[in-house]
Formats: sequence, C-alpha cells, structure tokens
Amino acid sequence: MRTPKAKPRGPVAPRSVLHFQIILLLGIFVAWWGLVKLDIIPQFFFGDPVGVMQRLIKWFVTGSIWTHLINTLIETMLGFVIGTVSGLVCGLWLALNPMLARVFDPFIKAANSMPRLIFAPIFALWFGLGIWSKVALGVTLVFFVVFFNVFQGVREVSPVVLANVRLMGANRRQLMRWVYLPSATSWVFSSLHNAVGLAFVGAVIGEYLGSARGVGYLILQAEGVFDINSVIAGILLLTVFALLLDIVVSRVEVRLLRWQAPVQAQTVQAQTVKTPAGQVQAVQA
Amino acid sequence: MTITMSSTLRPPPSKVAPLAAVELKNVTCQFAGSGGGTYTAVSDVDLRIEDAEFVAVVGPTGCGKSTLLNVASGLLEPSSGDVLVFGKPLSGLNRQSAYLFQADALMPWRTALDNIAAGLLFRNMRKAEAEAQARDWLARVGLRAHADRYPHQMSGGMRKRVALAQALILDPPILLMDEPFSALDIQTRQLMEDELLQLWSVNRKSVIFVTHDLEEAISLADRVVVLAAGPGTRPVAEFNITLPRPREVSEIRMTQEFLELHTAIWQVLKKEVLKSHAHAQG
Repeated sequence: MRTPKAKPRGPVAPRSVLHFQIILLLGIFVAWWGLVKLDIIPQFFFGDPVGVMQRLIKWFVTGSIWTHLINTLIETMLGFVIGTVSGLVCGLWLALNPMLARVFDPFIKAANSMPRLIFAPIFALWFGLGIWSKVALGVTLVFFVVFFNVFQGVREVSPVVLANVRLMGANRRQLMRWVYLPSATSWVFSSLHNAVGLAFVGAVIGEYLGSARGVGYLILQAEGVFDINSVIAGILLLTVFALLLDIVVSRVEVRLLRWQAPVQAQTVQAQTVKTPAGQVQAVQA
Repeated sequence: MTITMSSTLRPPPSKVAPLAAVELKNVTCQFAGSGGGTYTAVSDVDLRIEDAEFVAVVGPTGCGKSTLLNVASGLLEPSSGDVLVFGKPLSGLNRQSAYLFQADALMPWRTALDNIAAGLLFRNMRKAEAEAQARDWLARVGLRAHADRYPHQMSGGMRKRVALAQALILDPPILLMDEPFSALDIQTRQLMEDELLQLWSVNRKSVIFVTHDLEEAISLADRVVVLAAGPGTRPVAEFNITLPRPREVSEIRMTQEFLELHTAIWQVLKKEVLKSHAHAQG
C-alpha cells in the first residue's frame, strides 16, 4: 500500500541522499580526469580515471586478476575470522577472571600500543611467504580491536540483569550463554567494522613485503615500473571489496541484534524504508 | 504450572512457633564510604517474615530498604548478623526466593517467552515443556499475544508483567519485591497491584515488598514495617493491616479503616521522612 503523501522521516528524503552521493562520486572522477587532462597535475604521478577503468576491465576480461584477488580475500577472511574468534574468546575469558585480567593488563596494553605492522618481517620468517604470514599479521591487528570491545562489553553487562539471571539459578555456563555472550555481541559488532578494514591492511601489507601473488603484490609490481594506473586500480579494487565485506557484516549485525531498540538502527532503516507500510514492518521485524 | 490444593490451605495454628520464611537477626551492613570512612546503611535489624505473610517495608527514600532485600536474597552479605531462610542460615544466593527489581531486569536480547522460560531451562527442564509453562504464565499475566516481543517492544507495564511471570513461574516460596511498580504510571500501577494480589492469593508466598508509597504498602500487605531514616536504618514501628481480603486496591483506599491506618502509620513515617530530609539538606 503506497500512500501518496508519505513524509520522509528525516529532513532529507533517503533517495535524494543517494543521488547526492552518486553525483559526488562522479564529480570526484570528473575533477580528477579534468585536472589530469588540463595538465594541472601530472598524469605520470596521478594516472587518469579512464586508464584506471581500462586496466580494471582488462584484468577481469583476461581473468588475470582472479588468482591475486582470491588470494588476498582468503588471507583477509582468515585473518578476520581467526582474529575475531580469538579476540572474543580471550576477551570473555579475561573479563570473567578479574585476577588474570589484572596480571595481563600491562602486557596487553604494551602489545596493543606497539606498532604491530613491525611484526610483518618476523611473521614472514616464521610462516614463510605463503598466505599464513599475511593471516598472522591480520590476526594481530583484528584481535586487539575485538578483544578490547568484548572485554568492555562483558564489564558493562547490566548488574541488575546479571543479578536477576543468577537468582533464577543460572550456573556459570548458562550465564555465559544467556547473558555475557549476547551482551558482548553488540560490542563485537561495533568493532567488526573496524576489523574488516584491518584484516585487509594485514593481508595487503603482508603481500607488499614479500609474496608471489595477491593484490598487494600486484600493486608492488606496478609501482616498480611506475604503472600508476595499475596501482590505483588495485587500490580501488581493495576498497570495493572492503566495502562489500562491511555490508555483509552489517547484514549479519541487523539479524543478530534484532533485540536492540531501533535507536541506532533507525538511520539505517530510514534509508531502506520507502513506504509507510514498510516502516511499520521494519520496526516490528 | 499446577496449583496444588495444599498450598492454598494455611497450616493450622500451633503452639510451637512455625519457622519464619525469612529472619534477619542483628543484621548490619556497612559500605566503604567515599572519604575512606564507612557508611552504615543498615544497623542491627531484626526482621521476621512468616510463611505466607505479605510484609511491606516502607521508609524514606534512600534509607536502605533495598539493602535489606539484597541481604535477604543473598546478593549482599551483611557485615554482621544472621540471615535465616526457613530456619537455615543463608549461604550464597537464596535459591528459595525470586526477586522483582525496581529497574528492568529482563534480558533485552530474549523474547518475552524466552525470558519467562529461562529459569525453568536453568533447572534443566526440557525446552518444549518449559515453553508450554511459559506460555501459560504469559496468558496469566495477560500477554498471550506478545510471546515473541523483545523487551524494548513492550511498554513498562508489560515488561513488569513479564518480570512477574518470570519470578512466579519458578514457584519460589519467597518473593522479594523492590519498588517493582514505582516506574509505572498510576493507573497501570493499580492494575498491577490488583494483579499481584490476585496471583498471590492463589498460591500464598512470603512476600517482602519494599516501597516508599504508603498507600501501596497498606493496600497490599498483612503487615507494614516502617524503617527509620538512614544512615543506620532499622525498623521503628510495625502495623498489622487487618483489612479484609480479597482486596481491590482502588476501592479499599476509600474505606474508613484504610484512612485510619494511613493516618496512624503516616504519623510515624512522616517523622522519619522529615529527618531524612533534614539530613539530606546537611
């Protein structure tokens, strides 16, 4: 049912936001193209959008990109999953053992504040030049983000809810399943958006420092011969896939966090909801 | 949930004093104060709640009423003194009691049905059976159609009903209630009070009902205990409420007997409230 006078929720209709976004994106490319064509910035260092697009199309038409892309994506996914799970487990474990948490506290702070990318050469020595050194780098980056969020999440569990569930007779394992895990979940998801990006950083930097395939390797090769269009094409490709992975995370988040009041979700929903009937559905879903 | 006949029958009066449901003896609770000293919330409290008795505890805001409930539930260990539950010293959490909190205590990530069934599942009941009982309780608190709602999708009154069902489904002999209806609007509150009385009359439990609302206390309870202004609160007076049951809270408040009781208790309570006020003013 479509009511003709449906008023948008926000001050701006969601659809016109999308229009502006597309215009802005096109504007950036046109400005780039214009600046290069008018020789205001040198094409040698900045490439040109048409060349970049041609490069991307060529990669996909010849299929030469797939081995690199799949390699990078596998490294990213592995780093993301292993880092998230280990961060979740360690976060829960330490948060529920205050004594342990105190002992580990300075070590964790030290490990977190050191520039962990510096481990890349060590990982290359330990795990070789295959995918595992990149996965390890991704894991060290993702782990801490998730870990700190889970740790915080468990500590912020409502004491009333906790007392109530304990009084209802939950044992330790049941407390974990019914209270700590679901409470930590919302914190985990807020960290996963960062974690996606960091997993890509781990994979690409790892490839950059020593590998035989991967998008990072591709970029390094292109840089070596001053092929700036290929470098930019690689960056664009990574950006698109990082965005896709982020969208997947958001989808899962919406599913798993159905129970949350739609305060934060409202802006997200407002963009997708088009009819008043749809709005009712979205709120009740 | 089956209600056995025996539970609705009162035990015959006997010469030997029956075991109290909850007995606090010389209970003192001290907390570490902000300035390094100690703050005595509750001092030397003796309080006895008989089996199947509905006791309301009133006192000035912030006097330590909730502390007493936390002690009775085992969430808080008193600094000194004894807590007996049906004659046995309490160690750890009080498994014979259910607690209705002032704040929302439902698991926000679980539906109404899951929240109510939770306690049964913790006791290793089979899922299907626990859910059947939970559905039954949902119907009893008037929320049959709202089984799949999450707490944020329900009103304050509905959440309180779920919390009530969540507590009562475990059929605990003792019910501890900490201003459970104070956040509700006045109409909803009276409805909930009637509902509580009705549920309680079916299967009389021992209730400690903490409130700062004297009218609520008189309309619900068998006995009203007045606590002194804090710090170091203790009971200063007790009143037996002889109003006939069953009661209808909105109507009973109009009766002469109610007004007399209210006047008598308010005389005592007012002094404590003024003291508490003076203390707060410094």
